[in-house]
Amino acid sequence: MSTFPGQRRDKLLSLEWRPTASFENLLLRSQLLSAIRAFLGERGLTEVETPACSSAAATDPALDSLTTRYTGPGAPTGLPLYLHTSPEFAMKRLLAAGSGPIYQICKVFRDGEAGRYHNPEFTLLEWYRPGYDHHRLMDEVSALVHRVVARPLSDTRMSYKELFQLHLGIDPHNASMAALRGCALERGITNVDGLRITDSDTWLDLLLTHCIEPEMGPGILLVYDFPASQASLARIRPGTVPLAERFELYLDGVELANGFHELADAREQKRRFLQDLEKRRRLNRPVPPADERLLAALETGLPECSGVALGIDRLLMRIAGAEHIEQVLSFPIARA
Amino acid sequence: MASYSTNEFKGGLKVMLDGDPCSIIENEFVKPGKGQAFNRVKIRNLKTGRVIERTFRSGETLEAADVMEVELQYLYNDGEFWHFMDQQSFEQFSADVNAVGESQKWLKDQDVCMVTLWNGSPLSVDAPNFVVLTITETDPGLKGDTSGGGGKPATLETGAVVRVPLFVQTGEMIKVDTRKGEYVSRAKEG
Repeated sequence: MSTFPGQRRDKLLSLEWRPTASFENLLLRSQLLSAIRAFLGERGLTEVETPACSSAAATDPALDSLTTRYTGPGAPTGLPLYLHTSPEFAMKRLLAAGSGPIYQICKVFRDGEAGRYHNPEFTLLEWYRPGYDHHRLMDEVSALVHRVVARPLSDTRMSYKELFQLHLGIDPHNASMAALRGCALERGITNVDGLRITDSDTWLDLLLTHCIEPEMGPGILLVYDFPASQASLARIRPGTVPLAERFELYLDGVELANGFHELADAREQKRRFLQDLEKRRRLNRPVPPADERLLAALETGLPECSGVALGIDRLLMRIAGAEHIEQVLSFPIARA
Repeated sequence: MASYSTNEFKGGLKVMLDGDPCSIIENEFVKPGKGQAFNRVKIRNLKTGRVIERTFRSGETLEAADVMEVELQYLYNDGEFWHFMDQQSFEQFSADVNAVGESQKWLKDQDVCMVTLWNGSPLSVDAPNFVVLTITETDPGLKGDTSGGGGKPATLETGAVVRVPLFVQTGEMIKVDTRKGEYVSRAKEG
C-alpha cells in the first residue's frame, strides 16, 4: 500500500527513515571536512567545483557509471549524461587551463558497488599538485592523514613488488599465471578455477584482497610503483620492468587513496581510452563515450603534476572506529 | 529453478553449491579501487553442517535450493527411517540416519521438531531444545544423599545417556537440554 496513487511501495526497501550514522559520527564528519579544508588551504590549494554530470564517462573497465538524462533548452530531445566516478577529467582540464594546485570535495557515483566499505554514492577528496612527482605527493597525503587521525600512526612505504615479496614471497611483475594460481591455492583460497581468471592482474587483485590486505596491520602503508598493466591514468616509467608511477594509501589495512604521477601525453591517453573501450566491448560491459575534451586539454598541455583521490567515508570509518560504512553515512543506498 | 546473483546473496538465502544445498551466512563485497570485484561468501553446507568460505566474481550466479523449514511431529522409527507428520496437512515424511543424526537420541513420539526439507525430503532434524524423558536405568545411588554433587549416568527411554544427580531414580521423568545434552530438572508426571 502506498500513500501516493500509482507509487508502489517496494517490499524490499525498508521504510526506516532514521539515519544510520550516530550524531557523534556526523559531527566527526563535519570536523573532518573542516580539518581537510584547513590543511589544504594552508598549503595554498584552491577549492574548486566541477560538474557531477558529464557527457563523457570514465572508461576504466573497473568502474561503471550511473547515468541520467537532461532534457530542456539546448537539448530538446534529451542528452544522456554520466554521473562522474571521480572529478579527475574536469580537474585536469582546469589544470591545463592554468589553475595551479586545486582540490575538490564532492560526491561521486559508482554503479555496482555496495558493501562494508562501499556505497554507490560516496564522498571523494581529490587534489592535484603541479610540479610534484608521486613520491612528493605521498608525503603530503601521509601528512594529511597524520593531521586528521587523532592517534599516533606508523608510516611504512614499500613498492608493490616489496609488498608481494613480504607477504607472499613472490615477484608480482615476473610470476607466471600458474605461480599466482599456486600461491592462491597454497593460501587456502578454494575453487580458484571456478573464478575463471584469465589474466595476471586479476590473480594479483585476488591475492591482494584475500591474502595481503587482511595481514597489513595498523598504521599507514603507502604502496607505490604498480605493474604497468595497472597504470590506469598514471605515467609509466620505462625500464627492464616498466612500472606505473601510481600509489595507494592504506590505513589499518583499508584502501583509502589512489594517486598518480599523472599521464600528460594526449596520444598515450587516447591509446588507453581505446584499449579500455575495447576491453569493455569484449566483456560485454557498457561502452560509454570517452572524454574528447580531456584529450583536447592534454594536447594543449597538462602541467607535469601528481594527483590523488581519497575516500572520505573510509577515512571517517577509521577515525570513528566504524565497522561498516553505514555507520558514517546519514542515509546509505538502502535508505536513500 | 531460479538463480541468484552475488548481488542478491544475503544471510539465510538457500543456494546450491557443488551439488549440495547450502545456506548463505555472510556476503562481503571486496574490490580494489582499480581492480576486479569479488564477493567473499561464508556459506553453510546444509547436508554436512560445515561452514566454508568461497569467493565469487561479483555478478556470478548460483542456482536456488528448494529448502524450507517446517515443524513436524515425530511418529515412530521403523528400524531404518524416522517418520514425521505435518500436523496440518497430515502429510508424512521419512528421514534417514544422515538427516536425523545426533537428534535421534532425543526423539520421542509426538514431540514436534524443526525439520529442514530439501526438494520435499528431510535434510536435517532439530530435536526440541528441551525434552522430557523417562529414566530406564540408573544406579540406585546412596540412601539419603540429596546433595546431587557428583552425579551418575542414567540411560533414558530413547537410549541416550545423561549425567543426573544421585537422588534421581529409575522410572522418574527428567527434563533435558538437547543442545548441551544435559539434565535440567526432574519433570512432573504427565
